[in-house]
Amino acid sequence: MTDLLVNATNLHKSFGDNHAVDGVSLHVKPGEIYGLVGSDGAGKTTTMRLLVGALRPDEGEINVCGFDVSKQVEQARSQVGYLSQRFSLYEDLTVLENIRFFAEVRGLSQTEWLPRSLEILEFVGLGNFKDRRAGQLSGGMKQKLGLASALVTRPRLLLLDEPTTGVDPVTRQDFWQLVIKLVSAPALSVVEAQRADHPSTSDFAKSASSSAQDGVSVIISTPYMDEASRCHRVGFMKLGRIIAEDTPYNLRSRLAERVLELRGSPINTLRHVAHHDEDVEDVAAFGDKLHLRVKEGRAQAVIERLPAGITAQGAELIELRSIPPALEDVFIALSETNHD
Amino acid sequence: MNSRLMSIIRKEFIQIFRDTRTLIMVLIIPIMQLFLLGYSATNDVRNVPLAVLDQSRSTESRALLDAYRAADYFRIAYSVDSQAEIQDLIEAGKARAAVIIPPDYAQRLNDGNATVAFILDGSDPTSASTALSAAKLISQAHATGILSERFARTGMNLRVQPPVEVRTTVWYNPDLISAYFMIPGVIGMILYAIAAILTATSVVRERERGTIEQLIVTPIRPWELIVGKLMPYVILGFFNTLEVLAVGHWWFGMPIRGDLGLIILLSIVFLITGLGIGLFASTIANTQQEAMLTVWMTLLPSIFLSGFFFPLEAMPAVLRWISYLMPLRYYLVIIRSLLLKDVSLAMIQTDVIAMTLFAVGIMTAAALRFHKRLD
Repeated sequence: MTDLLVNATNLHKSFGDNHAVDGVSLHVKPGEIYGLVGSDGAGKTTTMRLLVGALRPDEGEINVCGFDVSKQVEQARSQVGYLSQRFSLYEDLTVLENIRFFAEVRGLSQTEWLPRSLEILEFVGLGNFKDRRAGQLSGGMKQKLGLASALVTRPRLLLLDEPTTGVDPVTRQDFWQLVIKLVSAPALSVVEAQRADHPSTSDFAKSASSSAQDGVSVIISTPYMDEASRCHRVGFMKLGRIIAEDTPYNLRSRLAERVLELRGSPINTLRHVAHHDEDVEDVAAFGDKLHLRVKEGRAQAVIERLPAGITAQGAELIELRSIPPALEDVFIALSETNHD
Repeated sequence: MNSRLMSIIRKEFIQIFRDTRTLIMVLIIPIMQLFLLGYSATNDVRNVPLAVLDQSRSTESRALLDAYRAADYFRIAYSVDSQAEIQDLIEAGKARAAVIIPPDYAQRLNDGNATVAFILDGSDPTSASTALSAAKLISQAHATGILSERFARTGMNLRVQPPVEVRTTVWYNPDLISAYFMIPGVIGMILYAIAAILTATSVVRERERGTIEQLIVTPIRPWELIVGKLMPYVILGFFNTLEVLAVGHWWFGMPIRGDLGLIILLSIVFLITGLGIGLFASTIANTQQEAMLTVWMTLLPSIFLSGFFFPLEAMPAVLRWISYLMPLRYYLVIIRSLLLKDVSLAMIQTDVIAMTLFAVGIMTAAALRFHKRLD
């Protein structure tokens, strides 16, 4: 199991009567982006905190980067970059002072921290803001600064707890590009490629590339399904458990041929009619469309039956067709399933 | 030196210096308190307004009043004609004491059995008791003077000598200046309050702002975090000590008779107690306000039960026992002894040992409670 960067088995953590994490096992390979999704209170943040040793599990074992978190927590942490959900850098320090602080306390020497910090700020696009107080950054820039200070020591594992919540779509896109770059190639070569015109950094780039040659693994929690679909593997959490775990493709194929898209007006009438069809399990609104989840193998029957019902109610049908399921459909389906 | 530790200390100092308002308060409050307490919290009774009802209006009665006038304890503020006026003046708070010289004062003085009435407003017992003993002293001195004079006149040329004469000498603070008593107290209180409050709020602030979460996941060891966070406040508290000593010495003229090095060393030991209390409070409190309140709860009994204002000897036995739990008590004995008396370490060793035990004990308890985890 040594090839796993994260090997956590049967984690339990309760706060009073609340079983925040109730039997989670997690295995993440080098170079993998693992997405933890689920609604608020599903246990994502607690799981992250357990992995990084900020909370002690009631039960279960956690091995991160080859270190047992219960016994060698500091060694494990030196391999991990963690970005918490809440901005947790010092608002009264400047961007560079923040990075310096976290670089130094995580073991970078006097000579190492500055080139490394400048490099990483350039990488996340904060190069021009290094002397600005962190408290004066926009939400998206704060998250990038958080990412930068998590990355400055070149961790092998990056834990990102809802890094894009409350961040505008453009910045979210930027942020994901950074994460994907980090994983798709060793962190160093990304930086190296970006800074090819600055030969002064190449020496130190070479020196640290061995530890990063496998690429970085990322565990990211997110409430956004479009982000989940960017992950290599997704674990869906509900009530402290991972109730489904697979690649986005495989998760989607669980609902293959079971999702219909319905357009027309008035939309409330369509919803009403669809809801009363015996083969329709769920109706979800997606803007001006409805997604109908139908029982296994009943898609064709519904497509044939529903238009008559709609016109009978005096509504207008524009389109009704089978569509490839989105992750969102899968998660709505999973959320409704009772796993207790 | 440990580079992680240095980073924490540097970060903490940047934050301290960026928070200008707090920094200014930390530097100014000790001076303010020193001036407030140095001037206001004084038991020295001077210029008590005195009302006089002189019914004798004789040379003898004027001589007695001159004696009162000569001592600066009293100021003859009112000369009245009736007892009712005295009552009014005292009730109105315009006069705090009154002397009534009866009409037959001169006659009875000749007979050797004169009486004078002295009335005192006892609503403030501290100043009243001082005024009372002052009045007695003045009267006795005057009486002795009259006797000597009379014997001299009869040609007996006999020196009047009371059978026992008590010759008092006040050591260390011969003028009994309250400020000398207060300044060491202020130093103790400031070291304690500033160290405890700043430590508690600076640790709790990390929790309040969420930065503790990022600190926790670094490989910083708990002791590094504790020492790194406390060190800047040790330095700040040390600076405060020097500040208060300097102002006390040069402005209030308070002597520094003991070894300055020893004073500073023992002050730092006491400072550690304050830091420990602050750290302990930070493990209990979730918000900065809670931390402040927790520290205040320990601060008030410390001030009142340490002999800062009120003499421990005058307290009921129960409170005196409780006072042994107040680290400030030991520090006050130490610092007062060192400033005013130049005692050797051996003379105050019991207090030094007790204070050191408290410092170590509180710090250990706080450090044990201080976990580098969120739960």
